[in-house]
Amino acid sequence: MRMVLAVWLPAVVTLAAAAPSTAGSDPIAIYQIVGDAIPAPLDDLDGDPARGRAIVAGRKGNCLACHQAPIPEEPFHGNLGPPLDGIGSRASAGALRLRLVAPRTLNPDTVMPAFHQVEGLRRVLAPHRGSPILTAQEIEDVIAYLVTLR
Amino acid sequence: MAGNGTNAVRRRLKRCRWLWPVMAGAVVAWPGWVGSEPPEPPPFSPRSGYEFARPETRAIQDDEFANPGLFWIERGAELWTVSVGDGERSCHSCHGAATAMAGVAATYPKIDEVTGRLVNLEQRINLCRTRHMDVQPYLPESDPLLSLSTYVTRQSAGEPLRVRIDGPARAWFERGRELYRERVGQMNVACTQCHDQRVGHRLRAERISQGQINGFPAYLLRWGTVSSAHRRFQFCNEQARAEPLPIGSDDYNALQLYVAWRGTGLLVEAPAVRR
Ligand code: HEC
Ligand code: HEC
Repeated sequence: MRMVLAVWLPAVVTLAAAAPSTAGSDPIAIYQIVGDAIPAPLDDLDGDPARGRAIVAGRKGNCLACHQAPIPEEPFHGNLGPPLDGIGSRASAGALRLRLVAPRTLNPDTVMPAFHQVEGLRRVLAPHRGSPILTAQEIEDVIAYLVTLR
Repeated sequence: MAGNGTNAVRRRLKRCRWLWPVMAGAVVAWPGWVGSEPPEPPPFSPRSGYEFARPETRAIQDDEFANPGLFWIERGAELWTVSVGDGERSCHSCHGAATAMAGVAATYPKIDEVTGRLVNLEQRINLCRTRHMDVQPYLPESDPLLSLSTYVTRQSAGEPLRVRIDGPARAWFERGRELYRERVGQMNVACTQCHDQRVGHRLRAERISQGQINGFPAYLLRWGTVSSAHRRFQFCNEQARAEPLPIGSDDYNALQLYVAWRGTGLLVEAPAVRR
């Protein structure tokens, strides 16, 4: 089943003078879902695979909590989700982007977190409120790493 | 033992006095629970966290000398007989030997007949302090409170969990079930997604159990202390980057009732040891 869904998240237009703390930037990139992918890189950013690997391996992405990945220096990999080995040959960059940004559009019951979302969440722990788990740049870095897993 | 008989009579009289508001409450609550569907059974037969724990952890629990939870039981046994307040009362002066508490912990959380509200064992102990001993309640999660609740729970070791979810408890149960299924936090996950749907999977190094509380209060190796069920709920919430609810809050009590009901028939472990 292929469907075309356009998701436009409202850009927060902030006047620097009115809200200096947010520095006038929306933490969430505007993106468009086409079929089962988000084809365009978030904010047209280039990803860096080395940074992406560090995010996947470390606490930032915490992907290894749920996924096996070819990152042998980290001892414990979870198995709530499918292994990420070879994911680059199974999924396109756009498909990976949708799975990271809005996994519930594919499976409403998934435990995979939406890594680039701030709306529609309940009781978010104070230090994390209002910020996504990963920035647009970090999402692109993770994708740049994942596509190398062939 | 001499004072026991009169105490029992006095207690029963007291209970009658409180029956009126309780009955009034039941009438008010009547349409709410009588018509509602019986809760569907848990999706599998309950299994203790003990079965999911690592062999090293189980070995500590099984060894009556190495199990650190026994220190809490020892302190609880001491506190049981300490007289406090103007009336110079102790747990023992009202209840006699702690063996009188056999089976009690297996029925908590439970509706407090005075207020008609759900209370857990720690809160019941604090109600005894404020109502019957004229002293301040212990602080939530404090050492004396957990010592006493672990000691009282010890009196039910080996007894099957059997909370009541009928009557006025029913609304709490429904709320607890709702909370169990509510996605929360930056990770946006619900208890049921891990402890019903992903049992046996690994989250990093941890094997996900059914999230049962037949071992609580439990000695947690990660903190080096006994922890209440509410403190464990907080930890799961924090892991999902969700604001924890206060220990002793109505919502955690409701959740505790639901989780205890899910574990109906599991044998109480005291002191349990978990990672
Ligand atoms: C709390 C658990 C959890 C975390 C954390 C998590 N995932 Fe997932 N992930 C899953 C599950 C479960 C699936 C299976 C698909 C589903 O449930 O919809 C999945 C699916 C995926 C898929 C699709 C796999 C395929 O074969 O189709 C990719 C790619 C993926 N995750 C990458 C990541 C990355 C990268 C991170 C970290 C930035 C991450 N995941 C963090 C649970 C998680
Ligand atoms: C993302 C996964 C996840 C979610 C969501 C989650 N837990 Fe847990 N929970 C765990 C893990 C992992 C452990 C430690 C291993 C174990 O005992 O299951 C644990 C342990 C527990 C334990 C201790 C069990 C024992 O025998 O020691 C209880 C009780 C518990 N969880 C209840 C809950 C409740 C109630 C919620 C919702 C408020 C919840 N959990 C949400 C993963 C989760």
